[in-house]
Amino acid sequence: MKILYFCTSFLITIALIVLLGSRYVTPLPLGEFLSPQHGVWYHAEPVDRDFNETLVLPALKNDASVYFDDRLVPHIVAESEEDGFFVQGYLHAKFRLWQMEFQVLAAGGRISEIVGDAALDFDKGKRRLGMVYAAENLLKEAEANPQTKMMMDAYAAGVNAYIASLKNVELPVEYRLLNYRPEPWTNFKTALFIKEMTRTLAGGADDLGLTKLRDFFGDATVRLLFPQVYDSLSPIIPPGTIFPLPAVIPQPPPSADSLYFKTAQNDDGALREIEKPNKDNGSNNWAVSGTKTASGAPILCNDPHLNLTLPAIWYEMQLTTPTMNAYGVSFPGTPGVIIGFNEDIAFGFTNSSRDVMDFYSIRFRDESKKQYFFDSAWLDSDIRIEEIKVKGKPAVYDSVAYTVFGPVMYDASFPSKENGKEALAVRWKAHDPSNELLFWYHLDRAANYDDYKAALQYFTAPAQNVVFASRTGDIAIWQQGEFPARWEGQGLYIMPGDDSSYMWQDMIPMEENPHSVNPERGFVSSANQRPADSTYPYFIPGNYDLYRGIAVNRHLDAMQNITVQDMLNMMNDNYNVFAEMARPVLLKHINENVLQGKEVVYLETVKNWSLRNDIEEKGATLFHIWFDKFKKQVWQDDLEKAGVKEYPSDGTLAEMLLRNDTSFVFADNINTTEVETLSDAITVAFKETVPIADSLDAVGRLAWGKSKNTSVYHLLGDRALPFARTGLPVGGGKHIINATAHSHGPSWKMIVHLLDTPEAYVVYPGGQSGNPGSIYYDQFMDKWAAGEQYEAWFLKRGDRSPQKKVWEMNFKKK
Amino acid sequence: MKYFFSFVLIVLFSFLLSLYMSWWSIAVVAFCVSLWLIQKPLWAFVTGFVSVFLLWGGLTWYISSANNNILAHKISMLVLQKDSPAMLITLSALTGALVAGFAALSGTLLGRVLSKKAAEPIQE
Repeated sequence: MKILYFCTSFLITIALIVLLGSRYVTPLPLGEFLSPQHGVWYHAEPVDRDFNETLVLPALKNDASVYFDDRLVPHIVAESEEDGFFVQGYLHAKFRLWQMEFQVLAAGGRISEIVGDAALDFDKGKRRLGMVYAAENLLKEAEANPQTKMMMDAYAAGVNAYIASLKNVELPVEYRLLNYRPEPWTNFKTALFIKEMTRTLAGGADDLGLTKLRDFFGDATVRLLFPQVYDSLSPIIPPGTIFPLPAVIPQPPPSADSLYFKTAQNDDGALREIEKPNKDNGSNNWAVSGTKTASGAPILCNDPHLNLTLPAIWYEMQLTTPTMNAYGVSFPGTPGVIIGFNEDIAFGFTNSSRDVMDFYSIRFRDESKKQYFFDSAWLDSDIRIEEIKVKGKPAVYDSVAYTVFGPVMYDASFPSKENGKEALAVRWKAHDPSNELLFWYHLDRAANYDDYKAALQYFTAPAQNVVFASRTGDIAIWQQGEFPARWEGQGLYIMPGDDSSYMWQDMIPMEENPHSVNPERGFVSSANQRPADSTYPYFIPGNYDLYRGIAVNRHLDAMQNITVQDMLNMMNDNYNVFAEMARPVLLKHINENVLQGKEVVYLETVKNWSLRNDIEEKGATLFHIWFDKFKKQVWQDDLEKAGVKEYPSDGTLAEMLLRNDTSFVFADNINTTEVETLSDAITVAFKETVPIADSLDAVGRLAWGKSKNTSVYHLLGDRALPFARTGLPVGGGKHIINATAHSHGPSWKMIVHLLDTPEAYVVYPGGQSGNPGSIYYDQFMDKWAAGEQYEAWFLKRGDRSPQKKVWEMNFKKK
Repeated sequence: MKYFFSFVLIVLFSFLLSLYMSWWSIAVVAFCVSLWLIQKPLWAFVTGFVSVFLLWGGLTWYISSANNNILAHKISMLVLQKDSPAMLITLSALTGALVAGFAALSGTLLGRVLSKKAAEPIQE
C-alpha cells in the first residue's frame, strides 16, 4: 500500500516536471520559463544595472575600450580596424542578437524553420526573388576585396565571440518564446542583411499591375494615371540646371509599338504576391551651406522613414580606429556607421525610389522549366532547388529557374496575383555583383567632397540621394546608384522574355547621375521626389513622393540665419502641402445644398482646419477620410474592372483636378446608368465620411493624433503585442515633412552642425537594448514622440578619460 | 524543528543547485531532503511547497522590484493576458512550489517504504 502511495506521488512529480518543462500542454515550458534562476526573469534587468565589464578575448589584436554614455551609446576606441569591427560585432550581438539574426532569416526565406508552414509562402517569395543569389553575388565581390573582407571577417568574429559566451539563461526573450537558438554569424549573413535593405528600398515594381491596366485601358491612359513628371514637382536638382547630352542612347526594340505598348490578352487568376516594400518608405535629407546659417557653418539633416519597429532597426554608436572616427547609426547585422558624421563631414540618405526591377514573360519548353525560348532558340535554364525547412514537418522543395534575366519569380507552381500562371522572370539591379560595404568603408573615413565622391562609385543599389556637408563649407547631393538607361517606356510593363532587344542595355554613367554641388540657392535637399524635371535626358520611372519635397524646398528657400533649433522645428513640421492643394478642389465642388445637420458641422471643421496635421486637429482626420473615400469613388469601379487594387497616387488625382476638373471622366461610376459628375463623387465621399467621423468622435478618437494612433510594434507584431509601444502622441503623416504615419516614419532623426568640432542632435524611436525587460529598450521613445533630440556626445580622438563616460567595457587580448 | 530544518535545507540547496543545474533540481532537492528527514506525508508536501514557494516568490519579487516590474508587466500580458506583475510572480512561485511539494511528498513516502524494512520510522 505504501509503495502504491509512493509510486502515485512519484509519477505525479515526474509528470509535473515533464509538463512544466515542455510545450506539450502549455505554449511555454512554464517551469523553466518562470524559474527565477533559469527563466525569463533573467531579462528583468535591474534599472540601475552596471554595464562595466572586462572581457578577455584572444581574437583581438590589441586591447580596446568601449565608453558608454548615459543613453547606453557605445564609443568604441580600437587600435586597429579589425578590432573596431570586432567590437562592433560583439556589441551588436550583445544588445541586438535576436533581431539581427531574425531579419537575416527572414531575408533568406527561413522563417518556416521557426514558426512552421504558416510562413511557407513568405519564404518561397524570398527565395524566388533571389535574395540568397543576390547575397552570394555581393559576398563574392566583398570577399575579393581585402578591406571589406577584413571588415566582414572581424565583424563576424565579434558576433560569434558573443554567441560563444552566451549561456542558456542569457538567450534573448524572443528565442525563448519561439524556442530556437542562434546560429553562428557568417559573412554571408552580413551580405544577406545588406540585400534585405536593398529589397526594402529598391525591391518594388508596379509592372504587373500596370500591365493589367494597359491591357484594359491601353497605354495612353496608364501614362495619364501614372505620369512621369507632375506639374507641381519641386525636384532635387534645381530647375533650370542644364544636363549634359546623354552618353548612352538606349534603342527601343523594333517591335515595341506593336507588341509592347499594345493591348494584350487578359489572363485572370489571382493568387500570390511576393511581399512588396512599403510604398511610404522614404526619407528627408537636406544640407544648408554656411551662407544660410547663423554660425556660418553648414548644417545637415536626415530622417529616414521606415517601418518603425522594436527593437529599432538602428543601433547608435561611435567607432574610433586609427583610420576613422565616425558617429551615427549602424545596422545590427552590418559593420560600419551607416548614417552619421565624422570629424570632417556628415552624410545622410533618402531613397531614390527609382525603378530598378523589371519583369519578363518567359516561355518554358515544358513543365520541367529546364529550357526557355530566347532569340529563336531554346536555352537551358539554371534550376536552383530551394530547400525550405519547416518546423515540425518535412522540408518543402521549390525549384526556381534562373534565366538570362534572373530568377523566374512567378510560374505555374507559384502564380502571381495579377498575372496568374504566366512565368515571369525578374531583372533586378540588386542581383548584379556589387560591394556596398566598400562604399561605407570609404564614406566613414571621408574628409572632404572628393573623398565622398570617390566613395560613391562603389554604391550601386539601393540607389540613394546621398547628402553631404563638410566642415570646410561644401554641401552636395548625389543621386547615386547604377541605373539602366531605359528607352522611353521600358520597364513600365511586363516585357517579352524571348527577345534580347528588350533587355537592359547600358547603364547610365555615374557622372550623369543627378547631382548638385554647392548650388547658388545655398541648400541641397531630397524627399524622394523625382530627382530632376523633364529636361533630364533619361527615362526614369519610379515611385516618387511629390509633396514633402515641395514643403522642404519652400522652407529652405525662405530661411536665412538658420540655427539648429530652426532645423529641429522644420523636421517636426506638420504642415500638409498636399491638403493645401487638394482641399480647395474638394471644397469648390462639394454640393453644400444637400448637406444637413452633422454634415454641415463637419464641413465647417474641414474649412477651418489649419492644414497642419497636429495631434489635436479634427479637420485633419476629416480631410483624410474624405479624400480616401473620394479616391475610392473615383478609382474603385474602373480599376476593379481591370483587376487592379492599387490606385494611382494622390498626386495624380490632385493634379488632374487642379488642371482640368470639368471633364474628369473617372468621376463617373461605370457600374451605374447615370453619369456621375465630379461634384457627385466629392459629395458622396463626404457623406460617407460623416458616419465614420461620428463613430470616431463617440470614442474620442476624431483628433488626428488619436485617429492615427502612432505605434511602434515589436518585430513579431501581434505575437508580441505587449512588447510594443502604442498610442504615442505624434502628429504628421503622409506627404508631410514630419512623415510619421501609424507605424511608419522617421526611424532616425539627425541634425549635424559642422563646426570645428561637430555638434549633432539625434533621436530614434527605440533604445539601445533589444531586451524588452530593459529600461534601455524604449528609452528614447517619449523624447522622439515629443519631437525632441539628444545632443550626441562626440568623443574626441585621444580622449582616454572622458567626462561623459558612465560605464566602460574593456576588451582585453589577455 | 525538523520542518524548519527541512525548510532551510530545501531553500538552500534548491538555490545552490539551480546555479549550475536545470530548474527541476528543486525537485531533486525536495525529494532527497524529505527522504532523509521523513515527515508525515501532508507535512512533507507543505514543507516542500512552502520552501520553494518562498524561494521562487522571493527571488522573482526581488528581481522584478529591481527592474521596476518592466518585464513582469509585459510577460504577464503575454502569459496571463493580464497586466499584473504580482500575478506573474505568484504563478512563478506556485509552479516551483507544486513540483517541490510533490517531490517532497514522494521522498517521504519512499522513506516510509524503506524504513519499514529497516528500523522503525522516526516518529514525532
